Amino acid sequence: MTQAELTRNPTRSGPTRPRKEHRAGWRVAWIFVLPFLFFYILFLIYPALQVAYLSLTNSDIAGQGSLIGLSNYAELLHDKEFWASVEHTVYFVILTVVPNTAVGFFFALLVVRLRRLRLPVLSAFFLPFILPVSVVTTGALWILDANFGIVNSLTGSTTAWFSDPTWAMPGVALVTIWWTVGFNMLLFIAGLQNIPSDYYEAAALDGANGLQRFLFITCPLVWPVASLVLVLQLIAQFKIFDQVYLLTGGGPYNSTMVVLFYMYREAFQQGRGGYASAVALVLVLIITVVSAVQYRLLRFRR
Amino acid sequence: MRETTSSVFGKIVSALTVLMALAWLFPVYWIAATAFKSETQTISVPPSLFPSPPTLDAFTYVIQNSPIFRWYLNTVIVSVVVTFCSILFSLMCGFAISRLEFKGKSLVYGLLLIGFMLPFSAMAIPLFMFMNKLNFVNNYAGVILPQIAAPLSVVVFKQFFDQVPRDFADAARIDGASELRILFSIYLPLNWSIAWALAIVTFIATWNNFFWPFIVTNSTNMLTIPVGMTQVQSAYGIAFAKTSAIAVLASLPTAAAYLMFQKRVTQGVMAAAGLK
Repeated sequence: MTQAELTRNPTRSGPTRPRKEHRAGWRVAWIFVLPFLFFYILFLIYPALQVAYLSLTNSDIAGQGSLIGLSNYAELLHDKEFWASVEHTVYFVILTVVPNTAVGFFFALLVVRLRRLRLPVLSAFFLPFILPVSVVTTGALWILDANFGIVNSLTGSTTAWFSDPTWAMPGVALVTIWWTVGFNMLLFIAGLQNIPSDYYEAAALDGANGLQRFLFITCPLVWPVASLVLVLQLIAQFKIFDQVYLLTGGGPYNSTMVVLFYMYREAFQQGRGGYASAVALVLVLIITVVSAVQYRLLRFRR
Repeated sequence: MRETTSSVFGKIVSALTVLMALAWLFPVYWIAATAFKSETQTISVPPSLFPSPPTLDAFTYVIQNSPIFRWYLNTVIVSVVVTFCSILFSLMCGFAISRLEFKGKSLVYGLLLIGFMLPFSAMAIPLFMFMNKLNFVNNYAGVILPQIAAPLSVVVFKQFFDQVPRDFADAARIDGASELRILFSIYLPLNWSIAWALAIVTFIATWNNFFWPFIVTNSTNMLTIPVGMTQVQSAYGIAFAKTSAIAVLASLPTAAAYLMFQKRVTQGVMAAAGLK
């Protein structure tokens, strides 16, 4: 997109635009924009502002309450359960972001070198991604069932994956990677295909071996895609809720109680709409700051 | 990298790749196989790899003992309406931003970009309160309306429209075509493939969406399939064939859509991630 835009821009920003387009366009343009904008503002922008406002109130879940200043945030600072949920979320992010990216890259490398088998193999890795989360978790609860699951009956293990505090979070991470790695793989495949094959040919002529070609051509040229994947992953994994809710219910002993789950519990089970909004806002802030920092770091190293 | 495929080493790697792909698919196979087993066979030791004999008992039980058809209907209505409105509005907005001049354009575009940073799930509380006030909790409007605005689709359409030569639109304008006409008989046909791709991806994503329907519905009759199936499971207790059967039924439409339109899905996913 950027290329095309760059080449066209000079003509677009010419000194005089056709008058006719301006006049005809103004009202028509807004008619084009309004349907989208209506839903967008009402159901995304407005709620975003509301979250900020609610976080300053003691509202219940119906929205009834009064302004109480920053008390929710003061409470949040000393709320051990909240900080534990932040910790669990960070643990989940560590267990998923880099492994999911690495596995996606690995699969992409395997898939791009295939010819006839390429599409079926690609589909096999990608198929889980298009399943609903509840189907994925149903399958996981069955396959990793402590007594009858095929993993335990074949390996003789007796691990109760999702009710063991040590294994619950790694279990959720494993299921998440199985479910979503196809998406990362797809982006890496696009990145790998964009590398001109002359680069490899020229390097081969100069006597570079496979490993050298991989390290000095593939890796640096695929890095922009890798940093994109890492940022997308980071944002996605901080928002973990569905899998935890369906696999562990936040347990055992709150060991998988993540931030969004905590928000859900405070809002919809404890009826503390205001306090839960503060939790939501802090999550948004964390995501924004961490992804901005990561984006910077990754870009500079390019 | 291509030439390695011919060597012996390359053949081994290819074979290992296929094995890995099969292993990756095994859970999918296992759910499907379990759905065709009898409950007693599911917990047999050692586990049997194939349903023998295959039985439809689990499916018939699920169909007779859960409102699964109602959930199918709900999910179809929600996904179709969301996909249609979302694609139509994104097309129009993307076209306006790409091809029309108007006051406030940069403001609209800026708002769009802010939207990328707002996680939908963090807005659940005010959205729920809002829906509650409008009496939209537990009805289609409540499930559908918040899912319609898709800033990502707008940006993708804008990028694709940017690449259509401006002369096309100018020529049509001189011939007296309206902007709506220009969008639907020039710009859309030139970009059919990305429009289809986004439509299919939107459909699959809406069908699979768990979080929002889960928040805004709780009466059995209004659930979508991904939410409804989890309720049935807790009611069944240990009943692996039945829970697998309902999982198979829940994922059939999206799996079929993917297998039929593989290329489009791939294209849509990549476009949404900012790669073409």
